[in-house]
Amino acid sequence: MLIINLMGLGLIALIILWFWLYKAPSTQVSDEQYKSQITVVVEDGIYQPAHISLLKDKPLTITFIRKDASPCAATVLFPDLEISADLPLNKAFSVQLPAMKKGEYAFHCQMKMYNGTVVVK
Amino acid sequence: MNKLTGSTGNQNTQELIIEGAGCASCVGKIETVLKNINGVDSAEMNFALRTVSIAGNVAPEILIKAIETIGYNASSASDRSDDELLDEKDIADQKYYTNLMRQVWVALVLGVPLMIYSIFGGPMTVETPLERVIWLFIGVLCAGIMYFAGKHFYIGAWKSLVNHTANMDTLIALGTGTAWIYSMVVVFFPMALPEMARHVYFEATAMIIGLINLGLALEVKARGRTSEAIKRLIGLQAKTARVVRDEKEMDIAIEQVLLNDIVRVRPGEKIPVDGIVTQGHSSIDESMLTGEPMPVEKVAGDTIVAGALNKTGSILFKATRVGKDTALAQIINMVKRAQNSKPPIGRLADVISGYFVPIVMIIAIVSALVWLNFGPEPTLAFAVVSATTVLIIACPCALGLATPMSVMVGVGKAAEVGVLIRNGEALQAASKITTMILDKTGTITEGVPKVTDIIVADESYTEKYILTVAASIERGSEHPLAQAIVDSAIEQDVELEHTTDFQAIAGHGVTATCHGQQVLFGNQKLMLKNDVVLNDVVAKAQKLANEAKTPMYLAIDNKLAAIIAVSDPIKQDSVEAIKRLQVNGIRVVMLTGDNKATANAVAKKVGITEVFAEVLPEEKSNKVAELQAQGEIVGMTGDGINDAPALALANVGFAIGTGTDVAIESADITLMRGSLHGLADAIAVSKATLRNIKQNLLGAFIYNAAGVPFAAGILYPFFGLLLSPVIAGAAMAFSSLTVVSNANRLRFFKPQDH
Repeated sequence: MLIINLMGLGLIALIILWFWLYKAPSTQVSDEQYKSQITVVVEDGIYQPAHISLLKDKPLTITFIRKDASPCAATVLFPDLEISADLPLNKAFSVQLPAMKKGEYAFHCQMKMYNGTVVVK
Repeated sequence: MNKLTGSTGNQNTQELIIEGAGCASCVGKIETVLKNINGVDSAEMNFALRTVSIAGNVAPEILIKAIETIGYNASSASDRSDDELLDEKDIADQKYYTNLMRQVWVALVLGVPLMIYSIFGGPMTVETPLERVIWLFIGVLCAGIMYFAGKHFYIGAWKSLVNHTANMDTLIALGTGTAWIYSMVVVFFPMALPEMARHVYFEATAMIIGLINLGLALEVKARGRTSEAIKRLIGLQAKTARVVRDEKEMDIAIEQVLLNDIVRVRPGEKIPVDGIVTQGHSSIDESMLTGEPMPVEKVAGDTIVAGALNKTGSILFKATRVGKDTALAQIINMVKRAQNSKPPIGRLADVISGYFVPIVMIIAIVSALVWLNFGPEPTLAFAVVSATTVLIIACPCALGLATPMSVMVGVGKAAEVGVLIRNGEALQAASKITTMILDKTGTITEGVPKVTDIIVADESYTEKYILTVAASIERGSEHPLAQAIVDSAIEQDVELEHTTDFQAIAGHGVTATCHGQQVLFGNQKLMLKNDVVLNDVVAKAQKLANEAKTPMYLAIDNKLAAIIAVSDPIKQDSVEAIKRLQVNGIRVVMLTGDNKATANAVAKKVGITEVFAEVLPEEKSNKVAELQAQGEIVGMTGDGINDAPALALANVGFAIGTGTDVAIESADITLMRGSLHGLADAIAVSKATLRNIKQNLLGAFIYNAAGVPFAAGILYPFFGLLLSPVIAGAAMAFSSLTVVSNANRLRFFKPQDH
């Protein structure tokens, strides 16, 4: 019984470690082009890539390709930038973000099940 | 997004979707043909996505044509019209629904008989070898259902897990997975478990998958209805326009109409883009945009807006705003944006959703441990059931949907009654307003002054002569009251005279020479300054002022000749609209730059008791701050131009749109028609929406806060009750549906009749 209890506690520790304490690496957007552009695939409950980083004062175009038919995935929101878009299914749809100051800008679906961040350095 | 209609001179990138590119060698061909076009700086194709991004300033049609010449099809990635996007969405939703329903049937075909069997006491245990074989068969069947009907949960859960996130899929996959794996362990190794714990839960797995899919399917249907308002707005857009180019008329897609194109609209057609009438006249129905029920007569020189309906005549007009710049497109854009923005009340739910799933997983583990340590026999079976039920009953979706669904419907509803709400914050603040400040001119009143009285003081002049002199000297003045006098003269066909020595004295009036006579025209101060004898006329002037009219004195050769009174008529429904606000417990205050007497008279007429008169434009925001310091939540209503600082400072700034001019940046809420009823409507819609959000949030919180402990078995020690995972599945599936349906109730909201 002791082993089972320890396993249970270990599992809880693992959950905390895995979901909360983990710091996700972000995908650096190359800024050689006139406008930075990155493609994000919306599928199976995640944005891929979900963490995007770029340099400050650069506008960014994110081309979303939504492959998940569930209505939750259909809307993407950038609450800090007051930007939102309805993503068509299986088609590319570009969302243009203005040049941003340093900081983290979250984006997510309406229910916050899909989550991503744009990190501006 | 990157709209290029012809060469714009701006550097731009745009994206095209390529069809028919089957091999990697196509990439080079497509890129080369694009790069050869004049104006294209770079073209890069992403073969995996079949998209090509092009930098340069070339119209998309040219790029598409070039790609077509080498045998591929191309379409613009982001330039699909709202209409097409909506159609696509409807088709995709319908397909998703059909697919889900198929999965529902498959899952329930196995789940329902099994559940009925278990309810009527069929043994769900594994005792004999025959039972093992039967349950093994059912277990494999169940795995098939998990694959066919629940694959999306498991893939979603796995992908999120790998990416260190957890969502609803995680909970469902863990819950159903635990039940299935435990059951399979029972089937394969019954001996490893105590006898009482040899129970299978295949029916739970099948039923949960079926019910949750059913919930999702019904939710898709219900969600479709939440966007009704925006669909109606988008439906106002014409699809084609008949333009006159090179003296030929042709029908083209609305996206291709260019600025300054001459467009023909025949009776019964919708106005395709914004413009100015150049030829013909017609009555035009703008009711869908402004709520103004009467059609408006339009002649050459008048502006018309896209989405309005041409009723009687055929007209030609010059396009002044096209594409995403038309008032209608801006309205649609603004409503869409606002529908997706979140009021502060929703933030807490957002924070909670961020931690929700891992917390539920932890609760499930704790619950299982408690059963294993302290529970009655069979502890293992109880532990598995409680953990599964906790995982299944928890519903982050209901929490996540609570706010956005209501905002979606509420903002859409507001737009339908002519109220454009900028964002969720404004929506929430509007529901809390305690004081409403109304600007007088143009808000309570029409804003277009008219001559109401001409009182001749010197019998040697006729009324017409007085008007001639007054209008002649005021012709050069820019004062709004001067315009009223000139308009009145034009109306009465008075011929204006030539004047000389015109002089405007700020805060007093004007002087000039007309017919060789020295004319003074202005307020009392001007007369006193020039020693004009006023006598008993002052009483008459005071009487006019008390009637909310502005009296102006006209003296000819330093002798008083007449008083001309000008007044800005009060909008027909202002009295009633202000009363509506007051009935709702809102303190209404009037703010104006006008003199005290006129201001008080207007206030009295419309039933306002608090007046700030003679306030300079730059002092208006101080008054807002003053009221805020008293602890009031202040709404400020103005025309949005000279009131901008006050509108911005107020908790909610309302701009009265002149017709369909929606680009009023400083306002939180724009009223599309001039009536003040829009204020009460806006507040009523906001209150209803906020109430709806609160119901949803409360429901979702209570559901989760009560459901999870219940599922963990908190009632078992007292009443011997433990929730079945199937019931948990049903509850979870319908909790989010309840949220969406409750939000949909807002569709039936009607602001008070007026």
